[in-house]
Amino acid sequence: MNTEAVGRAYGPHEPYEVTRVKIREFADAVDAYSFAHRSEEAARAEGYADVVAPTTFAVVIAQQAEFHVVTDPEVGVDFSRVVHADERFTHHRPIVAGDLITTTVHVDAISQRGGISMVTTRTELVDADGAPVSTVRSTLAVREEA
Amino acid sequence: MTAENRPSFEGLEVGEVVASRTVELNRDTLVRYAGASGDFNPIHYNDVVAESVGLPGVIAHGMLTMGTAASVVEEWSGPGNVVDYQTRFSRPIPVPNPGAATVAITAKVGALDAEARTARIDIAVEFDGQKVLGKAQAVVVCA
Repeated sequence: MNTEAVGRAYGPHEPYEVTRVKIREFADAVDAYSFAHRSEEAARAEGYADVVAPTTFAVVIAQQAEFHVVTDPEVGVDFSRVVHADERFTHHRPIVAGDLITTTVHVDAISQRGGISMVTTRTELVDADGAPVSTVRSTLAVREEA
Repeated sequence: MTAENRPSFEGLEVGEVVASRTVELNRDTLVRYAGASGDFNPIHYNDVVAESVGLPGVIAHGMLTMGTAASVVEEWSGPGNVVDYQTRFSRPIPVPNPGAATVAITAKVGALDAEARTARIDIAVEFDGQKVLGKAQAVVVCA
């Protein structure tokens, strides 16, 4: 992998529209039982403007952005040798249905040690007003060819 | 933003278990998560591909494990109240076919910040007697 790619940024990309249907589908997939993921009325009763996303929903949006890094030939990630090493979400506010989210992904670090390369990306999610929504940090480990 | 559904900070004690759940992951669960998340890496549904890259077979998405663990925390904290959530993926969870992988999730109070009124929830996720997530921590804003 090319360590000179550190500091590179991709985006902003085309906005992602958060829908009630997608939030419900994701909530079903991770066994998040709250009605606030499924009913506007239940979400309002808990103080949200609309159906609210589960904690890790931001990955749906962030992984699309990270794909731009993984597929950049100048970064040099062999996707068939990738393992997810770590993940972190920092939420500046909850994501709700109706949000239009725009992403920019930054290559924060690339390191190489003992046949394993690690690439850390940071994806910044902002809303239609440009206000921060979530920061998603992800590290992929790539095993070098033997 | 309102605080109408936040858990109470008063009375929380470090070490206290706030929620726990046992989850069965099977191939259906994995396909459902692939569709919902958009992560269609074939190592999560195709044994031939998984074995060709040195895995014992199909494994669960790390993000499925992380997301399901968050749902256990949320059962106590209410939705929308986790402001920070991190983990390392220490071990893969092989998912048999037919059958299921049984995963035990326990969320307990790891630290309390009285000034910020936040609780750090430490989550243990075990499969086959071993932890599959490292340093899984969720920071929850409380009332």
